[in-house]
Amino acid sequence: MARPARAYLSGEESRVVGFAEGLHLRLLQFAPYRGTIALGRRVGITGARFVIAIPYVWLLLFFLTPFLIVLAISFATPTEMVPPFSFTAFADGAINLAEAVGKYLFLFSDSLYVSAYLSSLRIAAISTVLTLLIGYPLAYGIARTSDRWRVPLLMLVILPFWTSFLIRIYAWIGILGETGLLNQVLQGIGLLDRPLSLLGTEWAIFFGIVYAYLPFMVLPLYATLEKMDLSLLEAASDLGARPFRAFLTVTLPLSLPGVLAGCMLVFIPAVGEFVIPDLLGGSETLMIGKVLSDEFFLNRDWPLASAVAVTMLVILVLPIVLFQRLRARQAEGEG
Amino acid sequence: MLDRRSRLVLTAMAFAFAFLYIPIVSVIVYSFNESRLVTVWSGFSLKWWRELPQNTAMVSAALLSLKIAFVTATVAVVLGTFAGVALARYKRFRGRTLFTGLITAPLVMPEVIMGISLLLLFVMLERLTGWPERGFTTVAIAHVTFTMAYVAVIVQSRLVTFDYALEEAAQDLGARPAKVFFVITLPIIAPALVSGWLLAFTLSLDDLVIAQFVTGPADTTLPILVYSSVRRGVSPEINVLASIIVGIVTIGIIIATLLLQRRERIRRREAWTG
Amino acid sequence: MAIVDPARARRAPEPWNDPAAIPYVRIENVVKRFSDFSAVNDISLNIYRGELFALLGGSGSGKTTLLRMLAGFETPSEGRILIDGVDMAGVPPYDRPVNMMFQSYALFPHMNVEQNIAFGLKQDGLPKPQIAERVGAILDMVQMSQFAKRKPHQLSGGQRQRVALARALVKQPKLLLLDEPLAALDKKLREQTQFELMTIQEKVGITFVMVTHDQEEAMTMASRIAVMDRGEIVQVGTPNEIYEYPNSRFVADFIGSVNMYEGRLVEDESDHVVIDSPALGGTVYVDHGVSAAPGANVWLAIRPEKIKVSRTRPAGTHNITRGKVRDIGYLGDVSNYYVTLQSGETMEATLPNLVRLAEPAVLWDEEVWLSWEAENAIVLTS
Repeated sequence: MARPARAYLSGEESRVVGFAEGLHLRLLQFAPYRGTIALGRRVGITGARFVIAIPYVWLLLFFLTPFLIVLAISFATPTEMVPPFSFTAFADGAINLAEAVGKYLFLFSDSLYVSAYLSSLRIAAISTVLTLLIGYPLAYGIARTSDRWRVPLLMLVILPFWTSFLIRIYAWIGILGETGLLNQVLQGIGLLDRPLSLLGTEWAIFFGIVYAYLPFMVLPLYATLEKMDLSLLEAASDLGARPFRAFLTVTLPLSLPGVLAGCMLVFIPAVGEFVIPDLLGGSETLMIGKVLSDEFFLNRDWPLASAVAVTMLVILVLPIVLFQRLRARQAEGEG
Repeated sequence: MLDRRSRLVLTAMAFAFAFLYIPIVSVIVYSFNESRLVTVWSGFSLKWWRELPQNTAMVSAALLSLKIAFVTATVAVVLGTFAGVALARYKRFRGRTLFTGLITAPLVMPEVIMGISLLLLFVMLERLTGWPERGFTTVAIAHVTFTMAYVAVIVQSRLVTFDYALEEAAQDLGARPAKVFFVITLPIIAPALVSGWLLAFTLSLDDLVIAQFVTGPADTTLPILVYSSVRRGVSPEINVLASIIVGIVTIGIIIATLLLQRRERIRRREAWTG
Repeated sequence: MAIVDPARARRAPEPWNDPAAIPYVRIENVVKRFSDFSAVNDISLNIYRGELFALLGGSGSGKTTLLRMLAGFETPSEGRILIDGVDMAGVPPYDRPVNMMFQSYALFPHMNVEQNIAFGLKQDGLPKPQIAERVGAILDMVQMSQFAKRKPHQLSGGQRQRVALARALVKQPKLLLLDEPLAALDKKLREQTQFELMTIQEKVGITFVMVTHDQEEAMTMASRIAVMDRGEIVQVGTPNEIYEYPNSRFVADFIGSVNMYEGRLVEDESDHVVIDSPALGGTVYVDHGVSAAPGANVWLAIRPEKIKVSRTRPAGTHNITRGKVRDIGYLGDVSNYYVTLQSGETMEATLPNLVRLAEPAVLWDEEVWLSWEAENAIVLTS
């Protein structure tokens, strides 16, 4: 039986594709075009390679090469020229090479840098733990609510993340200051008689980091908790485990990959953080990101800033590799 | 009646949400404050809202940031999709380990490291070839580099649940591989591409540290301008700007949530009747 | 062996028994090696026009790899495949006169039923009115016209299966491949759909090759079956041949249930053999010859439904043994009796339950006699 040609015959297929394909088929009649395609096939430029090669080349050029340049410049000597470094260390051979390596030794012997590294790691670690303590119940609660509430609650967690990072940090200045909201409230209800000076302390930095990075903790945690088979908990309670014990022995171990991934997502960037300590922290709090940008922008010692960056990267290699392993395993596991 | 455990979790959640939203709400409230002293409430006023559009530096910085974010998101979606497809589909090729490492490292790499390394690259490149001039181009390149990682991850996780038989079926029915990609694969993963684009757009719009390193003197993005203003202290104009951003994002997210829920409801209803 | 298959009698021509017939699909010495193992190992097979051919085997038997080579998704490492006389080497899937119905159905989720079915015709650049006409006709044939505007996720499993079939058939391929076509359906629907598929195949006259792990499905539907194991074809034949005349212990065991006992060949004539089987406690008389020397070790296979159970000793001298009923499995239509023989081996016998709620013919722990006809035992040498 005949049917009239319907809308479905014109829909879906984009005209661009049709045009491109038509052009391709028409061009195939011409020898040079055919030859070029055949040549491409012969040297192995097929669709698959093209798909891999384009992002690969981009990343090699704009992600890997820059690190190599940083590494190279970290061995250079600072000068007053533009750009402010030269590779004299390499020109005159071994003696100056010692000077270049000496810069790294200097980094490790100078108490300013050592304490900056240590306090960065400490602040990042404490903030990560605090983020986990706030983020875990949040992720757990969302994963266990009814279907109706899950999406809106998750959106509520993500929403601040889509607003400006800077503004989220900025908001805390208004809250933590001597005449800020927190002090007004605490004094208003009579808990304090004299304002707390939180702004400019490490506590302010903790608040800032926890606040800025909370979604990065909640999302991987939620992903693992939500995927968890609830009958496992029923099995545990059927076998006699009380709820808290079931949580400790079943839920927590199973959500460990999410915990680790979340911690890495918070810890690693927090080590290099410099906006938060700059805006919320005091002058006495040293963090390595701040030291790096000061060396770079204020002292214009590019080689030393590069050496600071290289050292930071070396310190973070282990957690970064751990993070990538976790991610790779999760990506495979989804299939 | 809630048991003790649920009450504990609920309390913790309420606390966490309060923690998340009190700062944002306070910023919005104080944007309507009469006084220049943002921490002291002296009466309702719209004067800071009226003044912001007059701030030409702020407006042009915002426009620049939007332009950069648009270009970034568009390029990052293309590159990130390729990378995501490569990760999900080609399990074996030379240099895959390095490739995976390069793709996911930007997700956690401290911004200062990316900033300094890209700046040094651009300086070297400019000395060698006279390109690129620092500004719009360099910021966009830097932003593409770190946002494409997010797009790649989103696309990859979408493709993990993709049924490859669909592509084989299309080929079996006579469609060539390139056509299969455009007619079958692309429409099916389109939602992932949209969320990747939005994420890249937001990340680019939001970035301060990397932009600060790689931009030139002429091109000041919105975050750089806001940062220099915030370092000098709290200002009511920033509160207004923050309120506007929060407003736009909230409306966007609410629409997205409603769409998601509606689609979910339709699917459930169809499952009932179908 | 001239075998008359009653179920197939209406499909009278049996081209595989006709030396002059030209095969429609020729698979010649095909090997498929993956990096660390070979999935298909030197397979040769002829399939004739109009057949409904089944590749039957367990997982890892290579049946799916063979099917995917026919479709063009895999390339043979060695050997060649000809369809209607054309060598398929180097012909990509989108240029082959072959269509496939996928196990997951692979219906495009973003297109409705009509669009799914029209997809293949559009790739061929057919004029729109003609596409609409053919889509309409095939929708009628699979009785899905009223669901034309639905999206795949709005359809039930059985409806999806029909759409997948229609989508593959509408291009009128020379060969239709079906990958586990009924595996996703529940049992009742599966049985019903088997016959629908057969009816449609007869109507369109297209050659079907189907892959399945379900022997019942293969027995019901196929004109011929190739039983596959570890990348090789163990036996090719009509369902009847495969069931009644398995050529090896593997096939006898794979298809249906079977009692299998070891024995020794004591007398070998052209029209009968006698086997001494300690497991059965005596000699067995089988009325067909085998190609093995006297004294050779052989296996004796007897299907459970071929065995008679009685309380008194049946007449005759051969093919009788005794035992005690150990278990009775009541299945409704039939009951399975598991009898422990005096040698300690078990023999399974299947008896129909002809009368409702009747006392079972025999009871637990009862001593019974088991017997079978000489023509119903099979001697296997491998």
